[in-house]
Amino acid sequence: MANEVILLDFWPSMFGMRTRIALREKGVEFEYREEDLRNKSPLLLQMNPIHKKIPVLIHNGKPVCESSIQVQYIDEVWSHKNPILPSDPYQRAQARFWVDFIDKKMYDAQRKVWATKGEEQEASKKEFIELLKTLESELGDKPYFGGDDFGYVDIGLIGFYTWFGAYEKFGNFSIESECPKLIGWAKRCLQRESVAKSLPESEKVTEFVSELRKKFVVE
Amino acid sequence: MAEEVVLLNFWPSIFGMRTMIALEEKGVKYEYREEDVINNKSLMLLEMNPIHKKIPVLIHNGKPVCESIIQVQYIDEVWSDKNPFLPTDPYQRAQALFWADFIEKKLCVCGRRAWTTKGEELEATNKEFLELLKILQSELGDKPYFGGAKFGFVDIIMIGFYCWFPAYDKFGNFSIESECCKLMAWGKRCMERESVAKSLPDPEKVVGYVLQLK
Repeated sequence: MANEVILLDFWPSMFGMRTRIALREKGVEFEYREEDLRNKSPLLLQMNPIHKKIPVLIHNGKPVCESSIQVQYIDEVWSHKNPILPSDPYQRAQARFWVDFIDKKMYDAQRKVWATKGEEQEASKKEFIELLKTLESELGDKPYFGGDDFGYVDIGLIGFYTWFGAYEKFGNFSIESECPKLIGWAKRCLQRESVAKSLPESEKVTEFVSELRKKFVVE
Repeated sequence: MAEEVVLLNFWPSIFGMRTMIALEEKGVKYEYREEDVINNKSLMLLEMNPIHKKIPVLIHNGKPVCESIIQVQYIDEVWSDKNPFLPTDPYQRAQALFWADFIEKKLCVCGRRAWTTKGEELEATNKEFLELLKILQSELGDKPYFGGAKFGFVDIIMIGFYCWFPAYDKFGNFSIESECCKLMAWGKRCMERESVAKSLPDPEKVVGYVLQLK
C-alpha cells in the first residue's frame, strides 16, 4: 500500500523538528507543509481540532497529533530500521520519563528566558540553566542519552539546540560555559543526516525570536 | 526471580489510582506505602524520584518508574500476558496516547485550578472543566469504554476523576451527572471492575479531604 505521509509544521518549532528527524531516521518520504500560525489552514484545524497546533502527522489521511506520540508512532510503524525507543521496558520507561521532563519543564522555562527582562529574566535564566544541568547530568559521559545509539531522548531534546543562540543573546549568557557536555552532545547529533536536514539554521531562529520578543518585551 | 513491587502513593491522588488499577488488572502483588506528601515526604520517595519528588512512584525490583502514564505503559509491557491495556495497532495506540495526554495536559491542569482559584477565575475554570468533560464524553460516544468494547488505557487514565466528581460538584456548584450523564454511566461501568473498585477511595472521603484543604 502506498504510504502517504504529510507533516503540517512550522519551521522554528522544536516539536516539529522531532517528527522531521524521526521520519528521516526511518527513511520515510514525506510532504512537508509550512503552516502560517496566524492563519491556520483548514486542513490543520480539521486534523487537529482539539489543540489546533502543529506538528500534525497525517499518515494515509489519518492524523497523529503531539510530537512525542508521533515519534513513538513512527518508531512502531516503520520498525524495520533505526529503532528509536529501546526494546527493554525499563529503558523505555526511562526514555519516556526524560522526554516527559523536557515537555513539562523546558518549553515554559525557555520561553521565559527570551520573553522577559530584568529580574524576571534573571530568575528564568537561573531556572533554565538548572534544567540544562539536570539534563547534562543525565547524559553523563554517554555519547547519547540512551547510551551508544541515537534515540528517543536525543530526538526529544535536539530541536531546542537551534534556539540556544536566541537564549544566549537575549539572556546574555553562554550555554557552552555552563553545559559544555550538552553542547558536545548537540554537535554529535548534528553530524547525523536526519538531524542536519531537519534543523533550521540557528541564526534564522535567533532572528525569528528577535521579532517575537518585541511582542512581549518593551526594551 | 521474585518480583518485588512497591508503590509510593497518596490516597486521594488520581494519578496513583491509575497505577493501582494497572497493577490490579495484571494481578501483580505489590506493597502499598502511603506518603505524607504535605508534611513529610519519605527519604525513599526523595531518593526514588529526585527530579519531581512526587507520587506515585512505582519501584520494581528496586528500580523506580515515575509518572503515572509511564507507569501504566510499563506495567502493560512487563506483564504483557494478561489484560492488555493498549491496542496492538500503532494508530489505535497513538489515539489512546493522545487522549491520555489530553486528560493530563488539559483536564488535570484545569482540575487543579478549581482548588486554587476563586471568584471570576473559578467561574471560568469551572466552565472550562465541564467543557473538557464534554469533549471526553463526545470521544467516548456510544462505546462502553474509551478504547471500544474493552476496558483499557484511556479508561485507566481517566477513571480516578470519577471519585472526585462529587467534590467537584460540591465546590463547583454544578452537577456532572446532569451535564455529562454518559460519562457518569461510563464511570459506574468501570467501577464494576474489581481493579477499579479496589483502587478508588470513597468519594465522601475525597470531599472530606478537600474540605480540610480549603
